[in-house]
Amino acid sequence: MKITIPMNEQKLESGVCPSFGRAPYFLLYDTNTNESKWTANNAAESSGGAGIAAAQLLADSGANTLITPRCGENAEKVLNGANIKVYRSVDGTAKENIDALIEGKLQLLSEFHAGFHGHGG
Amino acid sequence: MADKPLTVAVLSGKGGTGKTLVSVNLAAAAGEAVYLDCDVEEPNGHLFFKPEKPEEETVAVKIPQIDTELCTGCRKCVEFCAFHALAVVGGHPILFGEVCHSCGGCALLCPAGAIQETDKAVGTVSSGRSGHVDVFTGRLNIGEASGIPVIKHLLGKIPSGGERPVFIDCPPGSACAVMESIKDADFCVLVAEPTVFGAHNLAMVYELVTLFRKPFGAVLNKCQEGENPSEAFCLEHQVPILGRIPFDPELGALNSEGNIAARENQRYRELFGSLLERIGKEAQHEAASDS
Amino acid sequence: MKQLLILSGKGGTGKTTVAGAFISLSKAKAYADCDVDAPNLHLISHWSSAPQRSDYFGMPKARINTAKCIGCGECLSHCRFDAIKAGTPFRVKPFACEGCGVCVAACPADAVSMEPAPAGELALYRDDARVFSTAKLAMGSGTSGKLVTEVKRRMGSDAGDAELAVIDGSPGIGCPVIASISGVDMVLIIAEPSLSGISDMERIVKMAESFHVKTAVCVNKADVNPAKTEEIRAFCRERNLPFAGTIPFDTEAVKAINSGKNIAELDIPSGRAVRKVYENVMELLWKEAKQHDYKSSVGEHGGVR
Repeated sequence: MKITIPMNEQKLESGVCPSFGRAPYFLLYDTNTNESKWTANNAAESSGGAGIAAAQLLADSGANTLITPRCGENAEKVLNGANIKVYRSVDGTAKENIDALIEGKLQLLSEFHAGFHGHGG
Repeated sequence: MADKPLTVAVLSGKGGTGKTLVSVNLAAAAGEAVYLDCDVEEPNGHLFFKPEKPEEETVAVKIPQIDTELCTGCRKCVEFCAFHALAVVGGHPILFGEVCHSCGGCALLCPAGAIQETDKAVGTVSSGRSGHVDVFTGRLNIGEASGIPVIKHLLGKIPSGGERPVFIDCPPGSACAVMESIKDADFCVLVAEPTVFGAHNLAMVYELVTLFRKPFGAVLNKCQEGENPSEAFCLEHQVPILGRIPFDPELGALNSEGNIAARENQRYRELFGSLLERIGKEAQHEAASDS
Repeated sequence: MKQLLILSGKGGTGKTTVAGAFISLSKAKAYADCDVDAPNLHLISHWSSAPQRSDYFGMPKARINTAKCIGCGECLSHCRFDAIKAGTPFRVKPFACEGCGVCVAACPADAVSMEPAPAGELALYRDDARVFSTAKLAMGSGTSGKLVTEVKRRMGSDAGDAELAVIDGSPGIGCPVIASISGVDMVLIIAEPSLSGISDMERIVKMAESFHVKTAVCVNKADVNPAKTEEIRAFCRERNLPFAGTIPFDTEAVKAINSGKNIAELDIPSGRAVRKVYENVMELLWKEAKQHDYKSSVGEHGGVR
């Protein structure tokens, strides 16, 4: 599996970021090689549509699984189109979440909140 | 008395100060009038006017429509879109309509000519009559990014060469929707509360109307005994105080039931009538001093 | 750290006054004002030190290089936002510009570029014990979740060992409100007992419910319309929403605020009432959720400061 997780810090021992679209980094963890790759999330800078842009980033990253506490319905559409399975994270570090996923202890994320929208005005 | 009917915009720095109270009651006191509710995210004026047989029109904007047969998946549209309204996954394009700002850029840039534009409803404008007032209410659909297209549509409802005064109930704050609402106003009424919050927010709209060079005056609402920081602001910045509405539980009760005080109560009919006259005089004075 | 968010749906319900009271009563060491369009919390928070200020950049704005402009008008004819003014030279109207970049693409002379534009200012107040994060959007700017997220993030970074964070939310139901709800433990909705107040409260309740966040409602200025206050109570009963109490309209509250005093510290009707509401809210906030599975639906944010 190629698992991706939104993170505040570039450490496997850090907790999962509460925001998906505006997380500063995304971890990409390959369970075959146990290698971690860190990508800065450019989408965090967007005035709007951050979830969509972040999801596009992940779609391009080769990830097939996402672990996150929450996700908007717009981002979900993109992730779905890219065949990325979305699981709900639990309390704990990124490493603990990865282990939980491998052990089949995580649940699929079933609720997606309404999309964020940019400008307001 | 004004020579030509006025377009008066009523604004405040934040919600809940009495913008709707003032604009609705001024329109009611004016007899024949036009009332526009530009607070399209949370319009409330119609709750007071209860217009008869309202007719609804859809307000639409243009959004892209992608022909998936022609689309090559080149992603120029995704890269261009400043609002992230487009994504391409598995070679297929996805459009997010409510994030789209209708700029037309993707249709312009698509090298395969795969993007056309189509209408998308973003809100409604409903028109009805309440007594002698023509009531126009703008509503933005939940989830839409910008109320500006609805406000533009509303402003188009102002009869040209009209004989009746127009009252515009603006959105709260000083963001772009407010700027759009006051664009065509002859005069701006700034409503303020007697608290430090009220004065702070009054300062914000004061800055806005000054920037746009609109003639303006203030109405102090919910006045009670004691210091009034908003009044102090007006005195310091030479903002004409057009009227004071005292804090009155009776007015609060009428208002919270959705009643128009100027229609139900003699005292308020007179209060808003005088306020209207004062606005007319002040606007005329400003116009004269400009020429 | 538990985060309590105070929302209202409609402006003018007393959100900031209640937030200020809660901050005083809880001696919260971390708080934030997410009402970036019309921030007011700083007016009643007493800080002797100046805040750290930084620019917030929103959408970039177009700029026409007058030396390169050939006056063809392609930018004007393509602009959907009425943001270009014809003339010698052509100019961008910055308040109208939405940053879409179409003019850059349309210009045959490469005369238009997108420039970063400050759309507001962030302010962070800090001392050894507390942190207060706030921001103000520049006039004419569009609100977005980005600035609200940044305000909360800065509070979180400096919250240290604070047990409770109080967040003064923004009015409305749009993007900034969604961004404020993200990651909080509880929402307190301040409702106004009026026709328009109830309609706005219902919209906000729906939104909070869709986030599965523990929500409670209290009514401010409740005595202005007792019948409508009762309607709100009944609404909460129907939906199984905790009703945290009522606060009467109090002219003394206005005087207190204007003289820089906190209603929570005074023996006035609104002060006494807000203390009761505070106790009810704290009980809800800190009790282990048994009947609602908040933990699994909200997701934990362990490890994030």
